[in-house]
Amino acid sequence: MTENNNIVFTPERLAKVHEIIERYPEGKQKSALLPVLHIAQEQFAWMSQGVMDYVASLLHIQPVEVYEVASFYTMFHLEPVGKHVIEYCRTGPCVLMGGEEVFDHLQQKLGIKKGETTSDGLFTLKEVECLAACGWGPCFQIREKYYMHLNNQKVDEIIEDLSK
Amino acid sequence: MSKKILTEHCSTPGIETFEVYRQKGGYAAVEKAVKKMTPEEVVEEVKKSGVRGRGGAGFPMGMKWSFLAKPEGVPRYLVCNADESEPGTFKDHYLMKTIPHLLIEGMIISSYALGANKSFIYVRGELMYVIHILEKAIEEAKAAGFLGKNILGSGYDLELVVQPGGGAYICGEETALLESLEGKRGNPRNKPPFPAVKGLYQSPTVVNNVESIATVSWIINNGGDAYAAVGVGKSTGTKLISASGHINKPGVYEIELGLSCDEFLNSDEYCGGVRTGHRLKAVVAGGSSVPIVPGALFLKNANGEDRLMSYESLSDGGFATGTMLGSGGFIAFDETACIVRNTWNFSRFYEHESCGQCSPCREGTGWMQKVLNRIEHGKGSMSDIDLLVDVSKKIEGNTICPLGDAAAWPVASAIRHFRDEFEWHIQHPLEATKAGAVYTGSVLV
Repeated sequence: MTENNNIVFTPERLAKVHEIIERYPEGKQKSALLPVLHIAQEQFAWMSQGVMDYVASLLHIQPVEVYEVASFYTMFHLEPVGKHVIEYCRTGPCVLMGGEEVFDHLQQKLGIKKGETTSDGLFTLKEVECLAACGWGPCFQIREKYYMHLNNQKVDEIIEDLSK
Repeated sequence: MSKKILTEHCSTPGIETFEVYRQKGGYAAVEKAVKKMTPEEVVEEVKKSGVRGRGGAGFPMGMKWSFLAKPEGVPRYLVCNADESEPGTFKDHYLMKTIPHLLIEGMIISSYALGANKSFIYVRGELMYVIHILEKAIEEAKAAGFLGKNILGSGYDLELVVQPGGGAYICGEETALLESLEGKRGNPRNKPPFPAVKGLYQSPTVVNNVESIATVSWIINNGGDAYAAVGVGKSTGTKLISASGHINKPGVYEIELGLSCDEFLNSDEYCGGVRTGHRLKAVVAGGSSVPIVPGALFLKNANGEDRLMSYESLSDGGFATGTMLGSGGFIAFDETACIVRNTWNFSRFYEHESCGQCSPCREGTGWMQKVLNRIEHGKGSMSDIDLLVDVSKKIEGNTICPLGDAAAWPVASAIRHFRDEFEWHIQHPLEATKAGAVYTGSVLV
């Protein structure tokens, strides 16, 4: 087990975690796992073993119960990522709206392929499945924000804006 | 304009706030239910309405409610399935972000009817911004006395919890959703026992889709009979259709069930027709997992009669010539769309989303994806087509949950209706793999 003394939630986040645990019936605190993992990723950017062990200790569950869940759900990053993680929809309806062409442009713009991070650490590009925005595609998501009706020009503007 | 049960107030400015929602008559159904009706009477109205599960399966909601076991001293749960992830479907996303109180109000009445004191809304994790919208709505409803202890002095207590998922299509399957809500991997459970007997935390549980629960306020305000009077036959009420693909007006539309498919596609009130300058090649009528059909078979059934947007009419002809209403994820394909590429795309989706628990699905989805990938990239052989059909048949019906069927049907139906396009890809690989190349032999409408 990795010891990492730097892995501690901010007081605000820790209070939020305790509030979330209280939502479930007594003894069912494991239900808090997904919400707490989201909070952990918000603060620590990715799921290092230290982060997962910390979450396990807060919920009083075994570390393996966290590993198996974090690795099952695709929203959790199991490796270090850039500052902005672009999660780009690759599924059929977005493809019909030109999603593949816009994705090619995005790769060129960033100078990386899917799964990679730019050398300045600013962007990681991931492909994801359907984001439930099919009528507003092509689309991608960065953290909580949806970017929709994408085209090459819009992509350029978004990347330039986030690069400032 | 046709009947609007869910979206009537969606364009009202400020409708996402409690104040405006209340001004438009919101929460009157909660007052009526908890003050003047018994839980059994609420269930009865929902039964009378005939409303069917709007997540895709189309099972009558009132009947599902009546299966809920009620052992003494054991808590019961209502869980709203807001894990909307079926490609082509974005109606729940639209409804929750636009008019969150409609779902909250429906949750309160439904929870009251089922005797649940703690209910959950499980929202796909990608929609974190929608989760914040719902949490704000819950706070507002609580401040106004519609949630929490002793709602409107009725003695009924309810707490609502919004739970984020983590990015897994499988959690839209109700038992996988319950596993996920318990903090585990989303592996579907063997049934029986059904959730109505042993669901969340092994307690009796009802899982309903967002749109289904959102109908409940209207049903309570107007009566189950009034709801049943809308629609056609056993397809009562209205349905939200998410429209995407090659149409002039993609978006979410509320239709009265029984609307003609031709009107839905071509009327300016809905899709506004196939993309201007193009013609219709194929349609996925109810989300990526339902059979894809040629445009002509979407508009008319095999007997040449007009097809209607209803559970029965869309499935008329079985899988030979029909399809399904499913989740209402309508995707239109014009002549520029490649059926082979789309089928490969969908099969990649199912391979990615298979939980890996059952071998026919875990191995079969990957196998189909690989075979489709090689056909799409000019490396297929003619025997691959029958191989795909064979693999799809060996997945279908042989898995714990319906993801296996959902993966098999798009492949089987694409080959059933567009076999010549697959053959063209295999026999003319150089031509088929040129950028922008599309098979031109399909019948268009």
